[in-house]
Amino acid sequence: MDDFGEAIGAAFHLLFTLDDQLMEIVGLSLQVSLIAVLIACLIGLPLGAAIALFRFPGRKFFAILLNALMGLPPVVVGLIVYLALSRSGPFGVFGLLYTPAAMIIAQVILIVPIIAALTRQVIEDLWLEYEDQLRSLGANSTRAIPTLLWDGRFSLITAVLAGFGRASAEVGAVMIVGGNIDHVTRVMTTAIALEVSKGDLALALGLGIILLCLSLTVNGAVYAIKETAQRRHA
Amino acid sequence: MNEPLPLLPLTLKDVSFEAGGKRLIKDLNCCFEAGPRTVIIGPNGAGKSLFLKLCHGLVPPLEGQITWNDSNEISSRFKQAMVFQRPIMLRRSVSANIHYPLKLRGILKRDRISLTEEALSRAGLGRLREHPARVLSVGEQQKLALARAWALKPQVLFLDEPTASLDPAATHAVEELIDAIHKQGAKVIMTTHDLSQAKRIADEILFLFRGRLLERAPVERFFRQPENDLAQAFVKGELLWWRLGKANRKNQRKRDGDK
Ligand SMILES: Nc1ncnc2c1ncn2[C@@H]1O[C@H](COP(=O)(O)OP(=O)(O)OP(=O)(O)O)[C@@H](O)[C@H]1O
Ligand SMILES: [Mg+2]
Repeated sequence: MDDFGEAIGAAFHLLFTLDDQLMEIVGLSLQVSLIAVLIACLIGLPLGAAIALFRFPGRKFFAILLNALMGLPPVVVGLIVYLALSRSGPFGVFGLLYTPAAMIIAQVILIVPIIAALTRQVIEDLWLEYEDQLRSLGANSTRAIPTLLWDGRFSLITAVLAGFGRASAEVGAVMIVGGNIDHVTRVMTTAIALEVSKGDLALALGLGIILLCLSLTVNGAVYAIKETAQRRHA
Repeated sequence: MNEPLPLLPLTLKDVSFEAGGKRLIKDLNCCFEAGPRTVIIGPNGAGKSLFLKLCHGLVPPLEGQITWNDSNEISSRFKQAMVFQRPIMLRRSVSANIHYPLKLRGILKRDRISLTEEALSRAGLGRLREHPARVLSVGEQQKLALARAWALKPQVLFLDEPTASLDPAATHAVEELIDAIHKQGAKVIMTTHDLSQAKRIADEILFLFRGRLLERAPVERFFRQPENDLAQAFVKGELLWWRLGKANRKNQRKRDGDK
């Protein structure tokens, strides 16, 4: 109980003094996760929609594969990206290992399947309802992709949030490819892991509370926006 | 510049359609020319909606050919419009719902805006133009679907029970819109269960029964003296499914044999 009170005290102290180191860690965490989510959306939304709309051989297989990849273990992704980016790996020449870029790449790989798989489900259901009408209006499957993504926007927000949640919560992949280097690649989850291993439970718990609050804030804000907009459009 | 190719005539040759192991459209042969308004009637499950979807190209026939005079798939699609029994509106504003298919046709923004405004005011939806389309009442959505079809200036307009579940005033408004689209030069092909509406709108009647086209006649003659006895019974309101026993089916087979 003492530990807990101390942790909260430490967390608020760090927060209210806008502790430089803390702000740096929080800032980098948000930056990495948000960029990863953005890139994953650019890939995952159209990919999921395409698998929902186009009829091609192996389509079922793709759908199942995506669902399976949703549960990719972060450490495995970290390991693969590590091997690809390490000096002797195929992309070693870019020197990206132990940079935020490497962490973004790993997170994109982790969350594209989540966003794509959830998008596929949403768009497939919408297509059942819209297909005749859209084709009658003159839209082919390709043209229907942006239309359906826009019309499914309220449901798709959930898919994007799921991706963001996974990106900001995972520690295994960013630890391996980022290396948890102070001032360079240290993010909240890796910092927490480090503080715990050092025995500094107070700081670790404090960071954990901030991570939780951030996640709640993002989800709450998006939920509120979604509810208001959705009520307007029925 | 060469003359734009007229979309009609539309020819159906030996068309049949099957789903779930059941033959739902059987050996349909007919041809539609520009001009007269065609109303398709027949009991529930006769295949009227399916017939419209086949013509409109939403489902491919199992056998036979459906050919338009304009054989280019894209340009012939852009010259048609269809109003579904339950129209689907996009989760956008009323006016954006009319903009959408105009944009697909590559119509300039300036023209899109004027076409949309004109269509909305014709349908009496002007004051709803910025409303989200999905919150409109069923009748308003039906009018919006008609306004959208009007803005597309189609050469052929398919309508599937456009006034089912509308009140008399909305029905009247929708019929006027259909008339306006017809006067604009569109061929109207529609289905209805409302026989007095059929009399008001139709120039000719097609009677569909269990996937077969049993009679096609000018509206006057059809309602005065249908040649087919099933059509006769249907018009009199006597075509009741529990009377359609074996006897009738035998008659049907005999008639088919006679042909
Ligand atoms: N995709 C499909 N798969 C299986 N059966 C179908 C399909 N589409 C239509 N049917 C069947 O075909 C028959 C004709 O359907 P259709 O909707 O064309 O009837 P309808 O004449 O429009 O009837 P209603 O007056 O009730 O609208 C029905 O028995 C229906 O169950
Ligand atoms: Mg029908």
